Amino acid sequence: MKIKADAGRCVGAGMCALTLPQVFDQSEDDGTVVVLDAEPPAALGPAVNRAVQLCPSGALSVEE
Amino acid sequence: MTEATPRLATFPLARERAFDPPDELARRRDEAPVQRMTYADGHEGWLVTGYAEARAILADNRFSTRPELLHSPIPQRGEFNKEPLTPGFFLRMDPPEHTRYRRLLTGQFTVRRMKQLEPRIHEITESRLDAMEREGAPSDLVESFALPIPSLVICEMLGVPYEDREKFQRDSAVLVNLDSSMEDVRAAVQDLLSYLHGLVALKAKEPDDDMLSGLVMGGELTTEELGGVALLLLIAGHETTANMLGLGTFALLTNPGQLAVVRDDPAAVDNAVEELLRHLSIVHIGPTRTALEDVEIGGALIRAGESVTLSLGAANRDPGRFEGGDNLDVTRPAHGHLSFGHGIHQCLGQQLARIEMRIAYPALLRRFPNLRLAVPAREVPLRSKMAIYGVHRLPVLW
Ligand code: HEM
Ligand code: SF4
Repeated sequence: MKIKADAGRCVGAGMCALTLPQVFDQSEDDGTVVVLDAEPPAALGPAVNRAVQLCPSGALSVEE
Repeated sequence: MTEATPRLATFPLARERAFDPPDELARRRDEAPVQRMTYADGHEGWLVTGYAEARAILADNRFSTRPELLHSPIPQRGEFNKEPLTPGFFLRMDPPEHTRYRRLLTGQFTVRRMKQLEPRIHEITESRLDAMEREGAPSDLVESFALPIPSLVICEMLGVPYEDREKFQRDSAVLVNLDSSMEDVRAAVQDLLSYLHGLVALKAKEPDDDMLSGLVMGGELTTEELGGVALLLLIAGHETTANMLGLGTFALLTNPGQLAVVRDDPAAVDNAVEELLRHLSIVHIGPTRTALEDVEIGGALIRAGESVTLSLGAANRDPGRFEGGDNLDVTRPAHGHLSFGHGIHQCLGQQLARIEMRIAYPALLRRFPNLRLAVPAREVPLRSKMAIYGVHRLPVLW
Protein backbone atom coordinates (compact mmCIF):
# COMPACT_ATOMS: atom_id res chain seq x y z
CA MET A 1 0.00 0.00 0.00
CA LYS A 2 1.40 3.38 -1.05
CA ILE A 3 -0.31 6.67 -0.26
CA LYS A 4 -0.27 9.54 -2.72
CA ALA A 5 -1.26 13.04 -1.68
CA ASP A 6 -1.80 15.98 -3.99
CA ALA A 7 -1.16 19.06 -1.84
CA GLY A 8 -2.33 21.23 -4.74
CA ARG A 9 -5.88 19.86 -4.43
CA CYS A 10 -5.89 19.74 -0.63
CA VAL A 11 -8.18 22.29 1.08
CA GLY A 12 -6.78 21.73 4.56
CA ALA A 13 -9.98 20.33 6.02
CA GLY A 14 -7.98 18.03 8.28
CA MET A 15 -10.15 14.92 7.89
CA CYS A 16 -7.03 12.82 7.21
CA ALA A 17 -5.12 14.08 10.26
CA LEU A 18 -8.23 13.61 12.40
CA THR A 19 -8.78 10.06 11.19
CA LEU A 20 -5.21 8.76 11.24
CA PRO A 21 -2.72 11.07 12.93
CA GLN A 22 0.08 8.45 12.76
CA VAL A 23 0.01 8.71 8.98
CA PHE A 24 -1.26 12.19 8.13
CA ASP A 25 -0.38 15.63 9.43
CA GLN A 26 -0.97 19.15 8.17
CA SER A 27 1.67 21.76 7.39
CA GLU A 28 2.02 24.53 9.97
CA ASP A 29 2.21 26.93 7.11
CA ASP A 30 -0.89 26.50 4.97
CA GLY A 31 -2.63 23.53 6.58
CA THR A 32 -2.21 21.26 3.55
CA VAL A 33 -1.61 17.55 3.98
CA VAL A 34 1.75 16.14 5.00
CA VAL A 35 2.12 12.37 4.70
CA LEU A 36 4.20 11.12 7.63
CA ASP A 37 4.26 7.52 6.51
CA ALA A 38 3.59 6.89 2.83
CA GLU A 39 3.81 3.12 3.20
CA PRO A 40 2.02 2.34 6.46
CA PRO A 41 1.70 -1.21 7.81
CA ALA A 42 -1.05 -3.28 6.19
CA ALA A 43 -2.97 -3.33 9.47
CA LEU A 44 -3.75 0.37 8.97
CA GLY A 45 -5.29 -0.35 5.55
CA PRO A 46 -8.93 0.10 6.56
CA ALA A 47 -8.19 3.34 8.40
CA VAL A 48 -6.18 4.66 5.44
CA ASN A 49 -9.07 3.84 3.13
CA ARG A 50 -11.45 5.63 5.43
CA ALA A 51 -9.24 8.75 5.43
CA VAL A 52 -9.13 8.65 1.61
CA GLN A 53 -12.94 8.37 1.55
CA LEU A 54 -13.43 11.23 3.99
CA CYS A 55 -11.05 13.65 2.27
CA PRO A 56 -13.39 16.30 0.82
CA SER A 57 -11.13 17.45 -2.00
CA GLY A 58 -10.05 14.16 -3.55
CA ALA A 59 -6.42 14.93 -2.69
CA LEU A 60 -5.63 11.41 -1.40
CA SER A 61 -5.27 8.11 -3.20
CA VAL A 62 -3.81 4.68 -2.50
CA GLU A 63 -1.83 2.42 -4.81
CA GLU A 64 -1.70 -1.26 -4.01
CA MET B 1 -37.75 10.34 -15.07
CA THR B 2 -41.39 9.95 -14.15
CA GLU B 3 -42.90 12.29 -11.64
CA ALA B 4 -45.51 10.60 -9.50
CA THR B 5 -46.20 13.69 -7.40
CA PRO B 6 -46.38 17.29 -8.54
CA ARG B 7 -43.02 19.02 -8.31
CA LEU B 8 -42.25 20.98 -5.18
CA ALA B 9 -42.67 24.72 -5.36
CA THR B 10 -39.78 25.99 -3.20
CA PHE B 11 -37.83 24.17 -0.50
CA PRO B 12 -39.94 23.03 2.51
CA LEU B 13 -38.98 24.37 5.97
CA ALA B 14 -41.93 23.49 8.24
CA ARG B 15 -41.19 20.47 10.40
CA GLU B 16 -43.51 17.88 11.88
CA ARG B 17 -41.00 16.99 14.65
CA ALA B 18 -38.23 19.06 16.22
CA PHE B 19 -35.30 16.81 15.30
CA ASP B 20 -36.39 15.53 11.90
CA PRO B 21 -36.22 17.35 8.56
CA PRO B 22 -39.64 18.02 6.98
CA ASP B 23 -41.29 14.66 6.10
CA GLU B 24 -41.79 15.93 2.57
CA LEU B 25 -38.02 15.76 1.98
CA ALA B 26 -37.78 12.10 3.05
CA ARG B 27 -40.78 11.26 0.82
CA ARG B 28 -39.10 12.98 -2.11
CA ARG B 29 -35.80 11.19 -1.43
CA ASP B 30 -37.49 7.81 -1.46
CA GLU B 31 -39.19 8.72 -4.74
CA ALA B 32 -36.22 10.24 -6.63
CA PRO B 33 -33.00 11.48 -5.00
CA VAL B 34 -32.58 14.11 -7.73
CA GLN B 35 -35.79 15.71 -8.91
CA ARG B 36 -37.17 18.93 -10.32
CA MET B 37 -38.14 21.76 -7.99
CA THR B 38 -39.58 25.17 -8.81
CA TYR B 39 -37.61 28.01 -7.23
CA ALA B 40 -39.01 31.17 -5.67
CA ASP B 41 -38.41 33.20 -8.84
CA GLY B 42 -40.07 30.56 -11.06
CA HIS B 43 -36.75 28.97 -12.10
CA GLU B 44 -37.09 25.25 -12.86
CA GLY B 45 -34.14 23.82 -10.98
CA TRP B 46 -33.45 20.74 -8.87
CA LEU B 47 -33.81 19.28 -5.38
CA VAL B 48 -31.20 16.75 -4.23
CA THR B 49 -31.99 14.54 -1.25
CA GLY B 50 -29.86 11.40 -1.82
CA TYR B 51 -26.52 10.95 -0.03
CA ALA B 52 -24.41 9.80 -2.97
CA GLU B 53 -25.85 12.46 -5.27
CA ALA B 54 -25.39 15.31 -2.76
CA ARG B 55 -21.81 14.23 -2.10
CA ALA B 56 -21.07 14.01 -5.82
CA ILE B 57 -22.37 17.53 -6.43
CA LEU B 58 -20.41 19.05 -3.54
CA ALA B 59 -17.21 17.41 -4.84
CA ASP B 60 -17.75 18.60 -8.42
CA ASN B 61 -16.30 21.98 -9.36
CA ARG B 62 -18.60 22.17 -12.37
CA PHE B 63 -21.09 23.42 -9.80
CA SER B 64 -20.58 27.03 -8.76
CA THR B 65 -21.41 28.74 -5.48
CA ARG B 66 -21.36 32.31 -6.87
CA PRO B 67 -24.43 34.24 -5.68
CA GLU B 68 -25.11 35.98 -8.99
CA LEU B 69 -25.70 32.56 -10.60
CA LEU B 70 -27.94 31.19 -7.85
CA HIS B 71 -31.72 31.06 -7.76
CA SER B 72 -33.22 31.14 -4.29
CA PRO B 73 -34.89 27.89 -3.15
CA ILE B 74 -37.02 29.81 -0.63
CA PRO B 75 -39.15 32.93 -1.05
CA GLN B 76 -36.88 34.92 1.27
CA ARG B 77 -33.49 36.31 0.33
CA GLY B 78 -33.80 36.05 -3.45
CA GLU B 79 -32.78 39.69 -3.93
CA PHE B 80 -29.78 39.29 -1.69
CA ASN B 81 -28.03 37.19 -4.33
CA LYS B 82 -28.03 40.20 -6.63
CA GLU B 83 -26.08 42.38 -4.19
CA PRO B 84 -22.36 42.70 -4.96
CA LEU B 85 -20.44 40.08 -2.95
CA THR B 86 -18.51 41.44 0.05
CA PRO B 87 -14.78 41.18 -0.82
CA GLY B 88 -13.16 38.34 1.12
CA PHE B 89 -16.43 36.40 1.65
CA PHE B 90 -14.91 33.25 0.12
CA LEU B 91 -17.80 30.94 1.08
CA ARG B 92 -19.47 32.31 -2.06
CA MET B 93 -16.44 32.19 -4.41
CA ASP B 94 -15.22 29.56 -6.87
CA PRO B 95 -11.57 28.64 -7.52
CA PRO B 96 -9.14 30.28 -8.06
CA GLU B 97 -10.40 33.21 -5.91
CA HIS B 98 -11.68 30.81 -3.25
CA THR B 99 -8.36 28.94 -3.16
CA ARG B 100 -6.39 32.08 -2.42
CA TYR B 101 -8.37 32.99 0.71
CA ARG B 102 -8.76 29.44 1.93
CA ARG B 103 -4.99 28.82 1.70
CA LEU B 104 -4.32 31.91 3.78
CA LEU B 105 -6.49 30.50 6.58
CA THR B 106 -6.18 26.72 6.63
CA GLY B 107 -2.87 26.82 8.53
CA GLN B 108 -4.75 28.45 11.42
CA PHE B 109 -7.43 25.71 11.59
CA THR B 110 -5.38 22.50 11.49
CA VAL B 111 -6.25 19.59 13.75
CA ARG B 112 -3.05 20.28 15.73
CA ARG B 113 -3.74 24.01 16.17
CA MET B 114 -7.25 23.29 17.35
CA LYS B 115 -5.98 20.70 19.86
CA GLN B 116 -3.77 23.39 21.36
CA LEU B 117 -6.93 25.34 22.19
CA GLU B 118 -8.35 22.50 24.30
CA PRO B 119 -7.18 23.77 27.72
CA ARG B 120 -8.59 27.23 27.07
CA ILE B 121 -11.93 25.81 25.84
CA HIS B 122 -12.11 23.67 28.99
CA GLU B 123 -11.54 26.79 31.07
CA ILE B 124 -14.21 28.78 29.25
CA THR B 125 -16.68 25.89 29.60
CA GLU B 126 -16.05 25.45 33.33
CA SER B 127 -16.46 29.16 33.95
CA ARG B 128 -19.83 29.15 32.16
CA LEU B 129 -20.92 26.17 34.27
CA ASP B 130 -19.79 27.98 37.46
CA ALA B 131 -21.83 31.00 36.42
CA MET B 132 -24.90 28.83 35.83
CA GLU B 133 -24.51 27.33 39.29
CA ARG B 134 -24.16 30.77 40.85
CA GLU B 135 -27.17 32.19 39.04
CA GLY B 136 -29.27 29.09 39.79
CA ALA B 137 -32.04 27.24 37.96
CA PRO B 138 -34.05 27.69 35.85
CA SER B 139 -31.77 28.90 33.10
CA ASP B 140 -32.01 29.43 29.36
CA LEU B 141 -29.22 27.14 28.20
CA VAL B 142 -28.80 29.03 24.92
CA GLU B 143 -28.10 32.29 26.73
CA SER B 144 -26.05 30.84 29.57
CA PHE B 145 -24.03 28.12 27.82
CA ALA B 146 -24.57 27.32 24.13
CA LEU B 147 -24.01 30.83 22.73
CA PRO B 148 -21.29 32.21 25.03
CA ILE B 149 -18.84 29.32 24.63
CA PRO B 150 -18.35 29.47 20.84
CA SER B 151 -18.67 33.27 20.88
CA LEU B 152 -15.86 33.62 23.41
CA VAL B 153 -13.69 31.13 21.56
CA ILE B 154 -14.04 32.75 18.13
CA CYS B 155 -13.60 36.25 19.63
CA GLU B 156 -10.34 35.24 21.30
CA MET B 157 -9.08 33.47 18.18
CA LEU B 158 -9.87 36.35 15.86
CA GLY B 159 -9.01 39.10 18.31
CA VAL B 160 -12.51 40.60 18.53
CA PRO B 161 -13.23 42.10 21.98
CA TYR B 162 -15.93 39.95 23.63
CA GLU B 163 -17.31 43.13 25.27
CA ASP B 164 -18.58 44.08 21.80
CA ARG B 165 -20.68 40.92 21.56
CA GLU B 166 -24.05 42.59 21.97
CA LYS B 167 -23.37 44.50 18.82
CA PHE B 168 -22.27 41.63 16.60
CA GLN B 169 -24.67 39.09 18.08
CA ARG B 170 -27.56 41.41 17.28
CA ASP B 171 -26.38 42.07 13.71
CA SER B 172 -25.65 38.43 13.16
CA ALA B 173 -29.13 37.46 14.41
CA VAL B 174 -30.61 39.83 11.79
CA LEU B 175 -28.46 38.20 9.08
CA VAL B 176 -29.54 34.63 9.85
CA ASN B 177 -33.23 35.51 10.35
CA LEU B 178 -34.91 34.67 7.06
CA ASP B 179 -37.76 37.05 7.81
CA SER B 180 -35.48 40.09 8.12
CA SER B 181 -36.21 42.72 5.47
CA MET B 182 -33.63 43.44 2.78
CA GLU B 183 -33.06 46.88 4.31
CA ASP B 184 -32.33 45.36 7.70
CA VAL B 185 -29.97 42.77 6.23
CA ARG B 186 -28.11 45.40 4.26
CA ALA B 187 -27.83 47.63 7.33
CA ALA B 188 -26.58 44.77 9.52
CA VAL B 189 -23.87 43.84 6.98
CA GLN B 190 -22.75 47.47 6.72
CA ASP B 191 -22.77 47.88 10.47
CA LEU B 192 -20.69 44.75 11.03
CA LEU B 193 -18.27 45.62 8.26
CA SER B 194 -17.65 49.14 9.51
CA TYR B 195 -17.07 47.72 13.00
CA LEU B 196 -14.60 45.16 11.61
CA HIS B 197 -12.82 47.74 9.42
CA GLY B 198 -12.27 49.80 12.57
CA LEU B 199 -10.85 46.74 14.28
CA VAL B 200 -8.52 46.09 11.32
CA ALA B 201 -7.19 49.65 11.58
CA LEU B 202 -6.60 49.10 15.30
CA LYS B 203 -4.69 45.85 14.69
CA ALA B 204 -2.54 47.56 12.05
CA LYS B 205 -1.47 50.09 14.69
CA GLU B 206 -1.22 47.73 17.65
CA PRO B 207 -0.91 44.16 16.42
CA ASP B 208 -1.64 41.47 18.98
CA ASP B 209 -1.22 37.72 19.12
CA ASP B 210 -4.49 36.95 17.29
CA MET B 211 -5.61 35.78 13.85
CA LEU B 212 -6.85 39.14 12.61
CA SER B 213 -3.53 40.80 13.56
CA GLY B 214 -1.67 38.00 11.79
CA LEU B 215 -3.71 38.51 8.63
CA VAL B 216 -3.28 42.28 8.79
CA MET B 217 0.49 41.96 9.25
CA GLY B 218 0.68 39.29 6.53
CA GLY B 219 -0.13 42.14 4.16
CA GLU B 220 -1.81 39.99 1.51
CA LEU B 221 -5.34 41.28 2.00
CA THR B 222 -6.85 44.74 1.69
CA THR B 223 -8.91 46.23 4.52
CA GLU B 224 -12.08 45.39 2.54
CA GLU B 225 -11.00 41.79 2.12
CA LEU B 226 -10.02 41.50 5.78
CA GLY B 227 -13.48 42.80 6.73
CA GLY B 228 -15.19 40.13 4.61
CA VAL B 229 -13.01 37.31 5.94
CA ALA B 230 -13.55 38.42 9.55
CA LEU B 231 -17.31 38.74 8.94
CA LEU B 232 -17.48 35.19 7.61
CA LEU B 233 -15.42 33.73 10.47
CA LEU B 234 -17.27 35.65 13.16
CA ILE B 235 -20.74 34.62 12.00
CA ALA B 236 -19.89 31.06 10.95
CA GLY B 237 -17.85 30.67 14.13
CA HIS B 238 -20.58 31.29 16.68
CA GLU B 239 -24.04 30.78 15.16
CA THR B 240 -23.29 27.21 14.11
CA THR B 241 -21.65 25.60 17.14
CA ALA B 242 -24.07 27.50 19.41
CA ASN B 243 -27.02 25.86 17.68
CA MET B 244 -25.42 22.42 17.78
CA LEU B 245 -24.91 22.81 21.53
CA GLY B 246 -28.48 24.00 22.12
CA LEU B 247 -30.29 21.58 19.81
CA GLY B 248 -27.94 18.71 20.67
CA THR B 249 -28.60 19.08 24.39
CA PHE B 250 -32.34 19.24 23.68
CA ALA B 251 -32.09 16.01 21.66
CA LEU B 252 -30.17 14.27 24.44
CA LEU B 253 -32.61 15.46 27.12
CA THR B 254 -35.43 13.78 25.21
CA ASN B 255 -33.35 10.58 24.76
CA PRO B 256 -32.17 9.72 28.30
CA GLY B 257 -30.47 6.48 27.23
CA GLN B 258 -28.33 8.34 24.69
CA LEU B 259 -27.66 11.12 27.16
CA ALA B 260 -26.31 8.61 29.69
CA VAL B 261 -23.79 7.31 27.14
CA VAL B 262 -22.44 10.81 26.46
CA ARG B 263 -22.30 11.61 30.19
CA ASP B 264 -20.76 8.36 31.41
CA ASP B 265 -18.50 7.04 28.67
CA PRO B 266 -15.65 9.37 27.67
CA ALA B 267 -14.63 6.95 24.89
CA ALA B 268 -18.05 7.37 23.26
CA VAL B 269 -18.03 11.16 23.08
CA ASP B 270 -16.17 11.71 19.79
CA ASN B 271 -18.53 9.48 17.86
CA ALA B 272 -21.56 10.85 19.69
CA VAL B 273 -20.65 14.31 18.41
CA GLU B 274 -20.53 13.00 14.83
CA GLU B 275 -23.91 11.32 15.29
CA LEU B 276 -25.47 14.49 16.71
CA LEU B 277 -24.06 16.42 13.73
CA ARG B 278 -25.49 13.83 11.33
CA HIS B 279 -28.85 13.47 12.99
CA LEU B 280 -29.50 17.17 13.52
CA SER B 281 -28.03 18.64 10.28
CA ILE B 282 -28.40 22.25 11.45
CA VAL B 283 -27.50 23.63 8.00
CA HIS B 284 -31.07 22.86 6.95
CA ILE B 285 -31.37 24.83 3.71
CA GLY B 286 -29.00 23.90 0.93
CA PRO B 287 -26.18 24.45 0.11
CA THR B 288 -27.37 25.63 -3.30
CA ARG B 289 -25.09 25.47 -6.34
CA THR B 290 -25.50 26.26 -10.05
CA ALA B 291 -24.25 24.06 -12.90
CA LEU B 292 -21.60 25.78 -15.05
CA GLU B 293 -21.99 23.10 -17.74
CA ASP B 294 -24.33 20.17 -18.37
CA VAL B 295 -23.75 17.47 -15.74
CA GLU B 296 -25.43 14.10 -15.26
CA ILE B 297 -26.07 13.17 -11.63
CA GLY B 298 -28.09 10.18 -10.48
CA GLY B 299 -29.65 9.71 -13.92
CA ALA B 300 -30.75 13.35 -14.19
CA LEU B 301 -29.28 15.76 -16.72
CA ILE B 302 -28.65 19.08 -15.01
CA ARG B 303 -28.24 21.78 -17.62
CA ALA B 304 -25.77 24.65 -17.44
CA GLY B 305 -27.41 27.53 -15.58
CA GLU B 306 -29.75 25.37 -13.51
CA SER B 307 -29.60 25.61 -9.72
CA VAL B 308 -29.49 22.56 -7.43
CA THR B 309 -30.49 22.75 -3.77
CA LEU B 310 -29.30 20.00 -1.46
CA SER B 311 -30.96 18.84 1.71
CA LEU B 312 -28.09 17.78 3.97
CA GLY B 313 -30.68 16.56 6.46
CA ALA B 314 -32.34 14.20 3.99
CA ALA B 315 -28.95 13.05 2.62
CA ASN B 316 -27.68 12.34 6.14
CA ARG B 317 -30.63 10.02 6.70
CA ASP B 318 -30.48 8.26 3.34
CA PRO B 319 -31.10 4.59 4.22
CA GLY B 320 -28.63 3.67 1.48
CA ARG B 321 -25.83 5.19 3.57
CA PHE B 322 -27.04 5.25 7.20
CA GLU B 323 -29.28 2.36 8.18
CA GLY B 324 -32.13 3.43 10.46
CA GLY B 325 -30.91 6.98 9.94
CA ASP B 326 -34.02 8.51 11.48
CA ASN B 327 -32.94 7.25 14.90
CA LEU B 328 -30.39 8.99 17.07
CA ASP B 329 -27.84 6.31 17.97
CA VAL B 330 -24.65 7.77 19.41
CA THR B 331 -22.87 4.44 19.03
CA ARG B 332 -23.43 4.00 15.28
CA PRO B 333 -20.49 4.75 12.95
CA ALA B 334 -21.52 8.26 11.90
CA HIS B 335 -18.42 9.38 10.01
CA GLY B 336 -18.99 10.40 6.44
CA HIS B 337 -22.02 12.58 7.26
CA LEU B 338 -22.40 15.73 5.19
CA SER B 339 -23.17 18.17 8.02
CA PHE B 340 -19.94 20.12 7.40
CA GLY B 341 -20.45 19.89 3.64
CA HIS B 342 -18.00 18.18 1.28
CA GLY B 343 -15.64 19.27 -1.48
CA ILE B 344 -13.55 22.42 -1.52
CA HIS B 345 -15.93 24.42 0.69
CA GLN B 346 -16.09 21.78 3.42
CA CYS B 347 -16.25 23.66 6.71
CA LEU B 348 -13.02 25.43 7.57
CA GLY B 349 -13.95 25.55 11.26
CA GLN B 350 -15.00 21.92 11.65
CA GLN B 351 -12.04 20.83 13.78
CA LEU B 352 -12.72 23.74 16.12
CA ALA B 353 -16.44 22.96 16.27
CA ARG B 354 -15.66 19.29 17.03
CA ILE B 355 -13.40 20.19 19.95
CA GLU B 356 -15.92 22.67 21.35
CA MET B 357 -18.68 20.05 21.27
CA ARG B 358 -16.49 17.20 22.55
CA ILE B 359 -15.68 19.33 25.59
CA ALA B 360 -19.00 21.10 26.18
CA TYR B 361 -21.59 18.28 26.05
CA PRO B 362 -19.98 15.94 28.61
CA ALA B 363 -18.91 18.83 30.87
CA LEU B 364 -22.51 20.08 31.04
CA LEU B 365 -24.02 16.64 31.63
CA ARG B 366 -21.49 15.78 34.34
CA ARG B 367 -21.83 19.07 36.17
CA PHE B 368 -25.63 18.77 36.21
CA PRO B 369 -26.48 15.04 36.25
CA ASN B 370 -30.11 16.00 36.86
CA LEU B 371 -30.35 18.39 33.95
CA ARG B 372 -33.89 18.44 32.54
CA LEU B 373 -36.27 20.60 30.53
CA ALA B 374 -38.09 23.29 32.49
CA VAL B 375 -40.99 23.30 29.99
CA PRO B 376 -42.74 20.57 27.99
CA ALA B 377 -40.65 19.64 24.93
CA ARG B 378 -43.30 20.91 22.51
CA GLU B 379 -42.99 24.41 23.99
CA VAL B 380 -39.30 24.78 23.12
CA PRO B 381 -39.20 27.43 20.34
CA LEU B 382 -37.60 26.09 17.16
CA ARG B 383 -35.52 28.03 14.63
CA SER B 384 -37.40 26.93 11.49
CA LYS B 385 -37.20 30.41 9.99
CA MET B 386 -33.49 30.94 10.58
CA ALA B 387 -30.67 30.14 8.14
CA ILE B 388 -29.19 27.85 10.81
CA TYR B 389 -31.62 25.48 12.57
CA GLY B 390 -31.69 25.04 16.34
CA VAL B 391 -33.65 26.29 19.34
CA HIS B 392 -34.25 29.93 20.18
CA ARG B 393 -34.30 29.12 23.91
CA LEU B 394 -33.85 26.01 26.00
CA PRO B 395 -35.23 26.47 29.53
CA VAL B 396 -33.59 23.92 31.86
CA LEU B 397 -33.56 22.92 35.53
CA TRP B 398 -31.10 20.78 37.50
C1 HEM C 1 -21.23 22.63 14.23
C2 HEM C 1 -20.81 23.68 13.70
C3 HEM C 1 -20.69 23.96 12.22
C4 HEM C 1 -21.41 23.46 11.16
C5 HEM C 1 -22.55 22.44 11.18
C6 HEM C 1 -20.85 24.08 9.96
C7 HEM C 1 -21.28 23.80 8.67
C8 HEM C 1 -20.68 24.28 7.52
C9 HEM C 1 -21.04 23.89 6.17
C10 HEM C 1 -22.15 22.91 5.79
C11 HEM C 1 -20.22 24.56 5.31
C12 HEM C 1 -20.20 24.45 3.78
C13 HEM C 1 -21.12 25.40 3.10
C14 HEM C 1 -21.14 25.22 1.59
O1 HEM C 1 -20.63 24.22 1.07
O2 HEM C 1 -21.69 26.09 0.91
C15 HEM C 1 -19.36 25.39 6.12
C16 HEM C 1 -18.41 26.25 5.61
C17 HEM C 1 -17.65 27.11 6.41
N1 HEM C 1 -17.60 27.14 7.79
FE1 HEM C 1 -18.64 25.97 9.07
N2 HEM C 1 -19.85 24.94 10.33
C18 HEM C 1 -19.71 24.89 11.70
C19 HEM C 1 -18.80 25.59 12.47
C20 HEM C 1 -17.90 26.52 11.99
C21 HEM C 1 -16.96 27.27 12.79
C22 HEM C 1 -16.78 27.14 14.30
C23 HEM C 1 -16.29 28.11 11.93
C24 HEM C 1 -15.21 29.14 12.16
C25 HEM C 1 -14.40 29.23 13.06
C26 HEM C 1 -16.80 27.86 10.59
C27 HEM C 1 -16.36 28.49 9.45
C28 HEM C 1 -16.71 28.14 8.17
C29 HEM C 1 -16.17 28.78 6.98
C30 HEM C 1 -15.16 29.90 6.95
C31 HEM C 1 -16.76 28.14 5.87
C32 HEM C 1 -16.51 28.43 4.39
C33 HEM C 1 -15.48 27.50 3.86
C34 HEM C 1 -15.22 27.65 2.37
O3 HEM C 1 -16.04 28.21 1.64
O4 HEM C 1 -14.14 27.20 1.94
N3 HEM C 1 -17.78 26.89 10.68
N4 HEM C 1 -19.65 25.19 7.46
S1 SF4 D 1 -8.52 15.43 4.28
FE1 SF4 D 1 -7.94 15.95 2.20
S2 SF4 D 1 -8.32 18.13 2.04
FE2 SF4 D 1 -8.31 17.64 4.21
S3 SF4 D 1 -6.21 18.03 4.88
FE3 SF4 D 1 -6.35 15.87 4.35
S4 SF4 D 1 -5.74 15.80 2.19
FE4 SF4 D 1 -6.18 17.91 2.64
